[in-house]
Amino acid sequence: MIRKSLIKALEEKANYVRKETLKIHKIAKDTRISSCLSDVEIFTVLYYGKILRFNAKRPYCEERDRLIVSKAHGAVTLYPILADLGFFKRELLATVCKDGSLLGGIPDCSIPGFETINGSLGHGLGVGCGMAVALKRKKSLSKVFVVCGDGELYEGAVWEAVMFAGHHRLDNLILIVDNNGRSMLGWCKDIIDLSPLRRKFEVFRWRVEVVDGHNVEQLYYVLKEFKNSKIDSPKVLIANTIKGRGVASLEGDPLCHVKTLSDDEIDKYIYGNK
Amino acid sequence: MRLISISMGTNDRMRNLRTMRDVLIEEIYKEMSKNDKIFFLSADFGAPGLDKLRMEFKDRFINVGIAEQNLMNVSCGLALEGFIVYCYGIVPFITMRCYEQIRNNLSMLSHLRKLNVNIIGVGAGFSYNLSGPSHQSYEDISIMRTLPNVMVFSPSDTVVVKKIVAATINVNKPKYIRLDGQPLPQIYDTENNISLDKGFCELMCGGEVLIIATGFMVHTALKVVYTLEKRGIKVGLIDVFSLSVLDEDLLIDEVKNYKIIITLEEGFINRGGLDMLVMGILNKKNICRKIINLGFPNKYSFAVGSRKYLHKLNGLDEESIIKTILAFHKEVKLE
Repeated sequence: MIRKSLIKALEEKANYVRKETLKIHKIAKDTRISSCLSDVEIFTVLYYGKILRFNAKRPYCEERDRLIVSKAHGAVTLYPILADLGFFKRELLATVCKDGSLLGGIPDCSIPGFETINGSLGHGLGVGCGMAVALKRKKSLSKVFVVCGDGELYEGAVWEAVMFAGHHRLDNLILIVDNNGRSMLGWCKDIIDLSPLRRKFEVFRWRVEVVDGHNVEQLYYVLKEFKNSKIDSPKVLIANTIKGRGVASLEGDPLCHVKTLSDDEIDKYIYGNK
Repeated sequence: MRLISISMGTNDRMRNLRTMRDVLIEEIYKEMSKNDKIFFLSADFGAPGLDKLRMEFKDRFINVGIAEQNLMNVSCGLALEGFIVYCYGIVPFITMRCYEQIRNNLSMLSHLRKLNVNIIGVGAGFSYNLSGPSHQSYEDISIMRTLPNVMVFSPSDTVVVKKIVAATINVNKPKYIRLDGQPLPQIYDTENNISLDKGFCELMCGGEVLIIATGFMVHTALKVVYTLEKRGIKVGLIDVFSLSVLDEDLLIDEVKNYKIIITLEEGFINRGGLDMLVMGILNKKNICRKIINLGFPNKYSFAVGSRKYLHKLNGLDEESIIKTILAFHKEVKLE
């Protein structure tokens, strides 16, 4: 019963986050909306599913879990979540990308709730490895979560970190791959095929799970299991997602990364056909 | 000629020849013995002095493998959690292979969060004289100097190295310490005359020509000064060991006493290195002097030979510098 109501609540939250993210895109057309829409459920489950331990009033409190948003192009999704949870004022959501705003198109740690400078792909996992080593040294119970995109896996530095984490058995490190199948110029399978992704991680001694990245129930249970797992290896959740999820004109478009939506299209999604 | 702070006894200076890296590692070893918040990371690069450290502190020494990008990222992650990190590699690889990691995750990030990461680059200039230009460093001074918040150090001897470790271990900033790869004579008797806030030390004064040098070139400059002294020409010498933060007013106080300024470095000239640092300060303070910049010309060298030979090819050996000074001296005198 608790489980059902939680899943329903998470679905509602995801719906809310998707709409709020689209509203932000309406005022800030430079945001990468397709990228943002593929990770809505991932961030929703991390925060509202209480997977992540956080303190909105003390974002750097020692007991927090660390979340590195390596795929920062898609992290505008976090703005409505962080505002809702009290990291910063909700009114700021109306200022995204405006002159002098705290909130830009690619978030960094000048904004409460973010740990690092993001945007240049392939850095997050290595920084996460360093944090994971440090937390183990401190005998901390906190975990390190890193969210990256599948296109980001083309960066060599990611695999330096994958090797490192596997060798050092960083069991407090959890990577989530937003596997939306597309990078900027098209389908990943046509650019350089990343499959079989599961096996690539497995041979580097990672524990791997694959889920539907828009199914909050699957995300919730795997992440919960990862967080409490006693297995002494780093863990990766491959979340199969759809870039531009929820907006028909984006979902099938291999070039949707740079596409912006018109106000009408956004309104149609938020308010439905009237 | 007045000798301010260095030992004249050449025999003393040549005694106990040790590499900067061995001395630096020894200092870090001592610090690690009393402070368990220090990590030492290497990109699979060693030193005789490192063996003891990595055996003794197995849980705080990490060899990330030949992976400088990850070296920098892991260092950043450790530092964000409050650890002091020394990361160690060969100059061109630990600066350029991972330059964007240094830029974003150290320089940029240090504007927003506290980070104590010390990048130790071994093999300044032509240290690796037989390994070709891939292993030599022509650009590190200028590219590291261009990064805001990164402290750049270029010690001329092991006494300066010790001072750098002692004075900066608790400074929460990214640092780049460029070390020579070969054992060099000691220049300073004690750390007493070395101030990192000042950033430089006047080793010799007098005459009309002042050489401003850094790292290995301070040793060449000393030979030049002694040789010219025998010929009755006084030359001043300043050792600049801090290439990011230095006391500009104090430097100008010294420079003002001279007519000719020569900058001397193992790096490309007119690309943002020591030469541009000095010229920028003179310009800012509205001081006009005859200046000549000596360093590597705008090309890579594929020549094979001793460091002295490579320097000769680039006009950086003792004889070439003396010729340059004499010609310049004459030209200025004639005016």
